[in-house]
Amino acid sequence: MQLDIRLPMGLLFLILGVILIGYGLISDQAIYAAHSLGQNVNLIWGAIFALFGGVMLWLARRARE
Amino acid sequence: MITLAMLDHAAPGSSAVSLQLAFVDYLILGTYFVFVIGIGWAIRRNMKTSSDFFESGRSLPAWICALGFIGANLGAQEVIGMAASGAKYGIATSHFYWVGAIPAMVFVGIFMMPFYYGSKARSVPEYLKLRFDEKTRTLNALSFAVMTVFSSGISMFALAKLLNAILGWNFDACIIASGLVVLVYIYSGGLTSAIYNEVLQFFLIVLGFLPLVLLGLQDIGGWDGLMKNLDGYSAAKGMPGAWSSSWQHMGSASANPIGIEWFGLVAGLGFVLSFGYWCTDFLVIQRAMAAKDMNAARRTPLIAAIPKMMFPALVILPGMLAIALYHKGGSASIALPIGTDGNPDYNMVVPALLAKYFPHGMLGIGLTALMASFMSGMAGNVTAFNTVWTYDLYQRWFKPDASDAHLLKVGRITTVVGLLISAVCAYAATKFNNIMDMLQLVFGFVNAPLFAIFLLGMFWRRATGHGAFFGLLLGTLAAAVFHGNTLPAGEAASLLKGGWISVQHTFASPMAQSFWMAICAFTSCFLGTFLISLATTPNRTDEELRGLVYSLTDKPQEAPGTAWYARPMPLGLVVLAATVGLNIIFW
Repeated sequence: MQLDIRLPMGLLFLILGVILIGYGLISDQAIYAAHSLGQNVNLIWGAIFALFGGVMLWLARRARE
Repeated sequence: MITLAMLDHAAPGSSAVSLQLAFVDYLILGTYFVFVIGIGWAIRRNMKTSSDFFESGRSLPAWICALGFIGANLGAQEVIGMAASGAKYGIATSHFYWVGAIPAMVFVGIFMMPFYYGSKARSVPEYLKLRFDEKTRTLNALSFAVMTVFSSGISMFALAKLLNAILGWNFDACIIASGLVVLVYIYSGGLTSAIYNEVLQFFLIVLGFLPLVLLGLQDIGGWDGLMKNLDGYSAAKGMPGAWSSSWQHMGSASANPIGIEWFGLVAGLGFVLSFGYWCTDFLVIQRAMAAKDMNAARRTPLIAAIPKMMFPALVILPGMLAIALYHKGGSASIALPIGTDGNPDYNMVVPALLAKYFPHGMLGIGLTALMASFMSGMAGNVTAFNTVWTYDLYQRWFKPDASDAHLLKVGRITTVVGLLISAVCAYAATKFNNIMDMLQLVFGFVNAPLFAIFLLGMFWRRATGHGAFFGLLLGTLAAAVFHGNTLPAGEAASLLKGGWISVQHTFASPMAQSFWMAICAFTSCFLGTFLISLATTPNRTDEELRGLVYSLTDKPQEAPGTAWYARPMPLGLVVLAATVGLNIIFW
């Protein structure tokens, strides 16, 4: 049985997403004004990363059942 | 990759963008590397036979092979180099995708994969042995093996030099660390591990670079703002409108910044170089040959073509954005270092955008994506190298009766040796830059004619082994002679630039010279193989050629009721139609 790549990939993106969201919440908001046109990109893209990871995990789980 | 010799080295100049990382960035990088190594570790038990190690046991689904197919090609030379070209040439850089990649990817999927996959050859050189003879195979295997370890070394060098320049990391430590990571995951998981990591890296690049592009677009005032500033920039450069259209300025070589006219572009890049790369380079073909069945193998390059045609938005657009920002507000809006020639250091486009738009957190993601692409560029070359070395050189010339367990062991040792040679190449590149350029030039001579013998071999059963072998040598010689007699404008004659025999013709740019050299090499090889084949007796019977030549091979049939997107022909046509559409939209 081959390892389903969606499993580690989903997990990785979920963890990266959580790290980004966490950092987006605690970081000084001034860095977003200085860099990303005032948008909290860590929060936004952290959510997208986590969502992508979640979908991958769901697909892997669905394939196994 | 076809662009390696044509683009600037990915290595930055002396001045560079400087980045500082925070704990969260290191955390992200560290997490990624734990997964990379973990994947190799997790599948190490699946590596029981040499086929598992070198061919993934021919078991992977089409979508994974497809992402590996473009992932192996999406090295950092592409990410950094295409952004650099986007800044240097504008939208016309997309010709490297919409002319220089997609048509060839569709062709290899529909017409050529049946022979590679159906013949049960384990590598591209082995196909040449079955179709032609042993000497043609060995010639191809040798030049390919040298080229792959060399390319892997260039990736290693570029990665270490970039990290050293923008992060101040130790050069030696970068070489050792990147080599070790790639070693661990290929040694334990073989081709499957490399492909899985290419899939990971693909998504990381897409999701990591998309925010960069979106922020840049928003900053410059959307697409209209981008076009307005690019028009201003191109007017200042004396070629009004050349940065914001792909075809309108291709009438003559002096009207566009690439310095090439449409015929040289389409025939040289779009046909000879592109088909030569995508249809014969084992680095990419190996990914398709790992597919679980014929249908999946044929759809691999076709599925890969879909994201590939969108890539300009991800890798070229950043360069265009950077140059537009630069035009708009100078170094106040983007900190692009200026090179000695007064132009911005184009290779610093991506680091400069990362520094500008990414706060800590996303900065870690951007750097991880960049490092991932360097490493998968290395890994792709190393997996292709160990397969060709083990099957086509070692097994053939040193141990024809080797057991499968022995071959598996040789493959693993070759991985170690291949990475060691890569490291030697990387250090050689720091000391003798000219030797590296020379080597790339010689590879150009060898590669340019290659597609001709595959084309004749697959579609003309009368082509013979002698015809292919000597045709290939003739094409290579033609490339060298062409180079020796031509020169790009503004260059002095030298071994590296050309004109070392005499200067018969001057091209508008080095790229025009290399495209036309490819056309000349291909034509010579094609005619040479054709004529020599007619003059020699066929060395393969029709029975031996079954499955290797178009007219003697049953066409693969799809099960009735298969959806259009699961059938190679309609899928390929849709991909082509979409590519034509993109060319028209960005005309």
